Amino acid sequence: MSNVSKVPRRSLFDRLFEPPRIGAMAPGAKIIVYTLLLAWSAFVLFPIYWLLITSVKTAADVNAGPFFIPFVDFTPSLHAWRELFIVDYADTLRAYVNSLIISLAATALAVLVGSMAAYALARIRYQPNLITILIFILTMTAALFAVFSYGVDWRIVLVVGVGIFYFFSKAVASRVKVPLANGDILFWMISQRILAPIVVVVPIYMMFQSVRMLDTHLAIILTYAVVNLPIVIWLMYDFFNSIPKDLEESAQLDGATMIMTFREVVLPLSRAGLAATTLLVMILCWNEYLLALFLSTAKAQTMPILVAAMNAGERGILWWSMSVVIIVMIIPVVFMAIVLQRYISKGVLLGAVKG
Amino acid sequence: MTSTQGRVENRQPGYVPADNSQPPSRRFRFNEWLDGHARQLFITPAVVMILIFSIFPLVASLIIAFSRVRLKAGGYQVRFVGFKNFSKQIFGSEQFHFLGTFTTLTFLGWVVALSASAAILWWMYRYITTGFSIIGFIGRMITAIVGLGIAWMFAGTFFSGNPFGTLGVTLFYVFVGCGVQFIIGLGLAFLCSQPIRGRNFFRVAFFIPMMITPIGVGYVFRMMADTTKGPFSPAWQWFGLNDFAWAANPWTARIFIIIGDSWQWIPFIFIILLAAFENIPRDYVEAGQMDGASNWQIFREISWPQVMPVAVTVMLIRVIEGFKIVDLPNIMTSGGPGIATESMSLHSFFAWRSLDLGQSAAIAYLLLFVTVVICVSFFNLIVVNRMRRI
Repeated sequence: MSNVSKVPRRSLFDRLFEPPRIGAMAPGAKIIVYTLLLAWSAFVLFPIYWLLITSVKTAADVNAGPFFIPFVDFTPSLHAWRELFIVDYADTLRAYVNSLIISLAATALAVLVGSMAAYALARIRYQPNLITILIFILTMTAALFAVFSYGVDWRIVLVVGVGIFYFFSKAVASRVKVPLANGDILFWMISQRILAPIVVVVPIYMMFQSVRMLDTHLAIILTYAVVNLPIVIWLMYDFFNSIPKDLEESAQLDGATMIMTFREVVLPLSRAGLAATTLLVMILCWNEYLLALFLSTAKAQTMPILVAAMNAGERGILWWSMSVVIIVMIIPVVFMAIVLQRYISKGVLLGAVKG
Repeated sequence: MTSTQGRVENRQPGYVPADNSQPPSRRFRFNEWLDGHARQLFITPAVVMILIFSIFPLVASLIIAFSRVRLKAGGYQVRFVGFKNFSKQIFGSEQFHFLGTFTTLTFLGWVVALSASAAILWWMYRYITTGFSIIGFIGRMITAIVGLGIAWMFAGTFFSGNPFGTLGVTLFYVFVGCGVQFIIGLGLAFLCSQPIRGRNFFRVAFFIPMMITPIGVGYVFRMMADTTKGPFSPAWQWFGLNDFAWAANPWTARIFIIIGDSWQWIPFIFIILLAAFENIPRDYVEAGQMDGASNWQIFREISWPQVMPVAVTVMLIRVIEGFKIVDLPNIMTSGGPGIATESMSLHSFFAWRSLDLGQSAAIAYLLLFVTVVICVSFFNLIVVNRMRRI
């Protein structure tokens, strides 16, 4: 306190940028922080506000120039909402239901399969043989070459290929062993995320075409699940590693099988991780566009395709209808976020990212 | 041991006590089988799914990239053509599209090319003289060759006043876009971690753009950027720029796409870095304040070292996703003007749409190659290095 009397004159700048006490912020710093944060909020929220008011504008209002405030600048009308939900409700509803089915099923599949694999990699030691893997890749390349370049029927190639692979893996791989470790499998699985969808989408398209599964829910569900599998494995592997092993060991001492331990002990313990992963995968599936564009034509169309469809037509872009579709698309994600919010403790994603 | 064995009876829920008079039920046998194969059962579904939907298409795509594919009635006709699809992109008639237009190098071009080459060669020389391992050398060789190629590409196109192709555009999106996003995301996370009121509001508000589908973001930003009917048109008119069109100039179009991309992706970086900042014990910061450190010193010496490992990994994820950019350029500018905003994914997509499957797969593979080299270099040279230092 005596310091204060020794230094009686301080400039305004010093007083503004000196914290009143430890752990609090200086008034000047506070002003700067709030200004920056509010500016960013405006940048984030303004496009959303514009989306909302565009959805209640008529075509004339949109084309006449910018109008900012409903009831003052222009009279809001629900014509776009009416058109999508009453006149064209069949199309909208179908895309909506498709999107819901596909993203929920794909998320469930990815989270189930991914967390099983992550658990296995976190707890069991695997030693796959590199030679077997090489034989597999060579056989597959040869088989694909036969199908594509020489037009052999893929069913014959499949049977012959499996036979050849089986023979060689028994004959060669049982004698020469180059064991890999869990880390290698984990890296292989996570590195699949590097693949841009465009690299694999054409063969996937051809594959579904040859088994006549294009434009079905199942095709899109499977593709989405695999695309998001690496994320699930990455996040959940880390989460499982952070759970102490004692609980599982005591469950196993009591005679629980591995599947039981996983279902009754591990999954309930990792609820926070599961919720965060589910939300992330759900958002990614719900919003995906490129793969859906390739794999669906009419029956299995999803919402992002419907958004893009508002552009086609002789009338130009139907901004008002598009805004409605985009707004309606946000609702389920917000709903999911609210439902899963209470399970997600902050910093769930942090563990995995820390590496 | 033997004395207790008889007593451990109720070993597991659903355990059927040994009763030799009856064969075990089918369900019991099934459970036994499941338990016996749990090792494989847990991992097989994931492996099979990745094999069918990632590895198999990857190999198929490679074959297509080396072939010429023609559609004919009821199927495809595939002819093996070797590296023709690739050489067409890199040296041949599609060079302008993939790499850019080359003329003789200007003075600036030479300066950039030679200084970049010198830097990369010096870096290799230092590696060879200080430490050496075969794997490390091969890896660094690949990085150096790709780095040299990219440096000469930019020197020959951008720094010599020529337009560059989709490779340059993709790298521009990834490095400039991710850089901007990282700086803003980090700044916002730092501000939001300060002891202020309304943090929950900011957290929720800043997260919203991530929930919107990328294609929707593209259209929203087209509305925003409209200089005659968009919300900012009064401002444009006031500046006398109402004839100005973002999408008509290559650089404004690219910046326009980066703004949209940033709007969508900053929330992702923000939310994870915010958790990282909040994870720092409050005492550290307060101890720093007690010792009279300035805000900048606190950030540099206390917060940043704690946040850095997370930041590096978040950037790795963001760079991986950044290379895939396709929705935004497709919606906002359809790759135009000309090819000025076309990313490699979009280039490949357009090639597919014109039914040139071989070219499409070749471009996709080139994208994969560049992505893998850059991401693996980033991981091995920066992430691993930093981890060791901390």
